[in-house]
Amino acid sequence: MAESDNIVVETAEKIFADLADPQTINNDKKGSWQAPLWQALSEAGLPLSWVPDDLGGSGASLADGFALLNAAGRFAVAVPLAETMLAGWLLAQAKIASPEGEMTVLPASPKDRITVDADGALSGRCRGVPFAKAAKHFAVLAHGKDGVAVALVDASKARTESGLNVGYDHSDTVTLDKVQPITIKAASGVDQTNLMLMGGVVRSLQIAGALESMLDISVRYSNERVAFEKKISKFQAVQHNLARLAGESAAALAAATSAADAIANAKSFDDEVYLEAAAAKIRCAEAAEKGGGIAHQVHGAIGFTIEHILHRFSLRALAWRDDFGSESYWAVELGKLVASRGADELWPLVASR
Amino acid sequence: MTAALRFDPIRLPEKCEQLRKEVRAFLAEEIAAGTFDPHKPNREDTDVPEFSRKVGARGWLGMTWPKKYGGQERSFLERYVVTEEMRVANAPTRRFFVADRQSGPVLLKYAPEHIKMDILPRICRGEICFAIGMSEPNSGSDLFAAKTRATKTDGGYLINGTKIWTSSAHIADYMIAIFRTSPPTKENRRHGLTQFLVKMKQPGIKVNPIGQITGQYEFNEVVFTDFFVPDDHVLGEVDGAWKQATSELAYERSGPERFLETYYVLTELVRAVGPNPDTRSAEGIGRLVAQLHTMRRMSVSVAGMLQAGKEPVVEASIVKDIGTVWEQQLPHRVRDLAAFVEETATNRETLERQLDFAIKTAPKLTIQGGTTEVLRGIIARGLGLR
Repeated sequence: MAESDNIVVETAEKIFADLADPQTINNDKKGSWQAPLWQALSEAGLPLSWVPDDLGGSGASLADGFALLNAAGRFAVAVPLAETMLAGWLLAQAKIASPEGEMTVLPASPKDRITVDADGALSGRCRGVPFAKAAKHFAVLAHGKDGVAVALVDASKARTESGLNVGYDHSDTVTLDKVQPITIKAASGVDQTNLMLMGGVVRSLQIAGALESMLDISVRYSNERVAFEKKISKFQAVQHNLARLAGESAAALAAATSAADAIANAKSFDDEVYLEAAAAKIRCAEAAEKGGGIAHQVHGAIGFTIEHILHRFSLRALAWRDDFGSESYWAVELGKLVASRGADELWPLVASR
Repeated sequence: MTAALRFDPIRLPEKCEQLRKEVRAFLAEEIAAGTFDPHKPNREDTDVPEFSRKVGARGWLGMTWPKKYGGQERSFLERYVVTEEMRVANAPTRRFFVADRQSGPVLLKYAPEHIKMDILPRICRGEICFAIGMSEPNSGSDLFAAKTRATKTDGGYLINGTKIWTSSAHIADYMIAIFRTSPPTKENRRHGLTQFLVKMKQPGIKVNPIGQITGQYEFNEVVFTDFFVPDDHVLGEVDGAWKQATSELAYERSGPERFLETYYVLTELVRAVGPNPDTRSAEGIGRLVAQLHTMRRMSVSVAGMLQAGKEPVVEASIVKDIGTVWEQQLPHRVRDLAAFVEETATNRETLERQLDFAIKTAPKLTIQGGTTEVLRGIIARGLGLR
């Protein structure tokens, strides 16, 4: 997805180019880039892309939203754009209108669970919640006696302990202790697994985008840096490393866009969608490790400095592996699904699309 | 962006799914009739001529070619479905696979009309087998170092020299080979090679089998001694084979055969661990399936781009690089995971026999049809590094 295919992505890319330039952000120690970037994104209606018009959003398609998140990954965007989009999507599944401002989703890990009691109050503890500190509202998926509910919660009603992921972005622990939501509604079309798969595909697209940029800046650097009296891009060892990085970037892109396409065109989260989404998270996480490692190797010591922009992509890609279920988690779950379907049903599953 | 790699999420059209059902039903019938054993890996030394003719009769050979040459004018995506179903079933495809994938398209592009009318319909009927004469004893990855000479004589050329590692040469009816018609020039070391159609099983050609580490005799040395090739068997431009070689590579490099060669061990592992695997087996299987799925989606994507008339040469090379490395490692990963399979697993013996064969097969996978090193060079060129 090197070229923008639609107006949503074009709008986003223009904003990113103007206000989320990685080098400018990297030089700005005070974080003064954050507010103007968020404001521009909000004015363009992008954080609520997946919220229909009648629920306060801009009503973009799932496909356009996914493409936008791939672009956000290419810029290693570090404001809660993906999280707010996902929160808006979750709320819309229960026809709850989205408020303005930053949001994130609870839970953000398949192991955590929020419960709803008879009075409609929410309780539970969620670890690794991306951008919880920045969020004004939480979109919560909760389990009650009557099944799954989706709720909108005022973030100030929760206790949030600050934390940072390996990419230096907020990844916080949120505790709800009998918190009364602003709105709560039963949800029929979504459950926690679906939310994790959706979040996993979002992260996969961001990782794929970050890898595209890591490939790009690594190729450029190798064509500039001279060692042993020639550009390092002329050494076969470096060329082959970069070819492998291209392979990892390609695999991540293919896995992530395929899963996004599957979700955007599916009627429900069936086994085929499960395979697509779980496989994307697993393969993109593997690519983040292998590809990011090569990007660093090509850059040498300069890529290890805080001044260089490489870490904005490499560390974030590694951090994104952890959200909405790590690759190990999804591998176990996918393995169980494959085993339960039986050996002779593996190929029909793989060849389903 | 310096590197604009594209992998559009191609979805197979509905008609492919109908075709897939037909292919599966056909393969099930052939297995039931004992034509081949799906639990035996695609044994390359097993030649099953009647299977080729049956596949041809179904219209599944040369299926993208024009009807006047016996083809079906169907899409690359439909061909893709047939190819992957045959691979996964371990069907004996060796007799027709090269002709269908590679030789036929070369003839379509470069052979004179009367040759096309003669040969292409026979490929489509599954009657003839092709080999590819590229490598020589001192010219493997460095294709343009080929020395086997084609010397102009009355009405044609006389061939002298040796091709090597030539798969299926011992059963092939034809070979498409490159021979040296002129020396390379100072400006262009790739100049001087010409592509020829060679009719096998004639005096002047000697095929010597070469034993492989799998215990098979699937590739050969082919020695030409004053072997005559008529003028109308020249394919394309004399001295200009180098211009013709590259565009076909995308077809050759990105197909399902580039990651499914050892797939059977994964199926058998899933059978061996049963419906309730432990965490270790589940994680291992999950990762392998995720990797397999990703490669297939990449490969289908390239097929879709080819169908749309694009030339995704770098993307195709990436598919082959990643795919062949994966299918090479697969038997070893399955072996890791199989270490704790219950002694009582009913298919334990099958799995062990398959692993034995797959582990012996694995080393060739990153060598045949363009080594990993050559592929990474092509990818590097595509990235603007050379």
